[in-house]
Amino acid sequence: MADHKTGDQIPAAATDISWEVRNGVTRAADVLEKYLGEIERRDDDVHAFNLVLTDESRARAAEIDDAVAMGRNLGALAGVPVALKDNMCTRGIPTTCSSKILDGWKPPYDATIVTKLAEAGAVIIGKTNLDEFAMGSSTENSAFGATHNPHDLTRVPGGSSGGSAAAVAAGFAPVSLGSDTGGSIRQPAALCGVVGVKPTYGAVSRLGLVAFASSLDQIGPMANSVSDAALLLEAVSSHDPMDSTSIEQGPLEISQQLDWGVAGLRVGRITDLPEGASPDVNERLEVAFDNLRAAGAEIVDVEVPAFTYGLTAYYLIAPAEASSNLARYDGVRFGLRKDAPDTNAMYMATRTEGFGDEVKRRIMLGTYALSAGYYDAYYGRALKVRRRIAADFAKAYEKADILLTPASPTVAFKMGDKTTDPMSMYLCDTYTIPSNLTGDPGMSVPFGTGDSGLPVGVQVLAPALKEDVMFRTAAELERSMS
Amino acid sequence: MSDRITSEAVAKVAKLARLSLSDDELQQATHQLSDMLDHFADIDALDLESVEPMTHPMDIANVMRDDVVLDVLDREEVLDAAPVAEDGRFRVPPILGLDD
Repeated sequence: MADHKTGDQIPAAATDISWEVRNGVTRAADVLEKYLGEIERRDDDVHAFNLVLTDESRARAAEIDDAVAMGRNLGALAGVPVALKDNMCTRGIPTTCSSKILDGWKPPYDATIVTKLAEAGAVIIGKTNLDEFAMGSSTENSAFGATHNPHDLTRVPGGSSGGSAAAVAAGFAPVSLGSDTGGSIRQPAALCGVVGVKPTYGAVSRLGLVAFASSLDQIGPMANSVSDAALLLEAVSSHDPMDSTSIEQGPLEISQQLDWGVAGLRVGRITDLPEGASPDVNERLEVAFDNLRAAGAEIVDVEVPAFTYGLTAYYLIAPAEASSNLARYDGVRFGLRKDAPDTNAMYMATRTEGFGDEVKRRIMLGTYALSAGYYDAYYGRALKVRRRIAADFAKAYEKADILLTPASPTVAFKMGDKTTDPMSMYLCDTYTIPSNLTGDPGMSVPFGTGDSGLPVGVQVLAPALKEDVMFRTAAELERSMS
Repeated sequence: MSDRITSEAVAKVAKLARLSLSDDELQQATHQLSDMLDHFADIDALDLESVEPMTHPMDIANVMRDDVVLDVLDREEVLDAAPVAEDGRFRVPPILGLDD
């Protein structure tokens, strides 16, 4: 038998790993050991993972290698280690949402994306840290401690999928999955210098994604390259009869178009974009427009007047949905219970002990926005603003195929900088929120560095189900940097 | 400090959400929620009279499937994941009778 590649010979790209594993050039077991070694070496400092599945992943990698040896056909992610955000259910394996309230809970079923990953031959390497119940923009609101940015350990990785972003940036896994309710994939991707994609709402099944705000939540890939993100998204997207909001269509088809370029594409600049992005970020955005123009795209001006109201609409709608979704954590069916003489006192004691401050804040805000006397003024009006935002984007997409904005207003900030002022943390989501409200896809592409030499992400936005065009643009931006 | 919401209203909301707050936490929550509501006042001036509320990104209604039995969750596995279970059921403290 031929010698297999080990250590540094193992390719970094998921597309290459999968090809080599399927063709017997590299063994899944050796790929896995390389990443487990990196985790062992550095995750004490970064804290990307809540749980590393050392034994389970080794058993799985051995299965893959056996299947290859027996000549079986394996899927598009054969032997590719994938890190999962710890709000995606894994049967019999703790799923915590980084909350004390799910202490000890092991899901009785797998999320659909876990089944899809298994079908594609992937190896789940561990569960990554997040802001509790995905509520936050820095991965500091975790019951298990903060995640650190691998580029500078004194800074945040962004959030809420900060663990998944840091895992890819630190080389703990070639790809990961995050979830994005208001920017929770794209903002940490920008801050950690990786690619992060929020697909069209309904393109990836939400079954087994612990619900935060059901009309906004979407699972998506994080990766070191646009092509690896495309590979992972194609593997996990599809219609799921178990998710009534999943779109009735097959997997997204993206990879084959990555080299098509942007000639003739109309790329929109939003002239009334809310202010707040720092000069270093705006400078990179200008370079992105220049590079796309040089590659043959036409830059057009568009207006999205309601963009600026996205933050308000989101921070009324998402907490309202969360207050309802999180009512299920009552000490009866999952995780933590604090004993008390009667059920009502038990609910109160369990929830008070189990939820962290930010989650409590959002539950209260949402409960208030939905409560008698305030429903019309807050939740009701926010839903109307949401309609207006969607209408403004639809109009902008008559003039442009793609829109470019910053992904995050700034590069990674220092840990502790925004923890005492919730509103300052919420403003991190200014540019990412609208695509969750409209359901349209968006992605952050690493595009050089800004202040302190830290990564900057450019956000590419597209109309619903135009992931192919969005990825083509992202691939062009990536090429223009190399 | 803004006074868009009173501490009495916050206390009521906390009770509705089954959360108990210390006096300090109540003051802090009142302050923070007021701040947020101040910020959210930016939509107050919008004329939204004729705009339809949008509850969901897609126009879907009544997603149906055939009425057939599928593989469902394993009862033992579900009960195992609960804090306390007994005789095939979730066990909870008394609901009635304690106030007598």
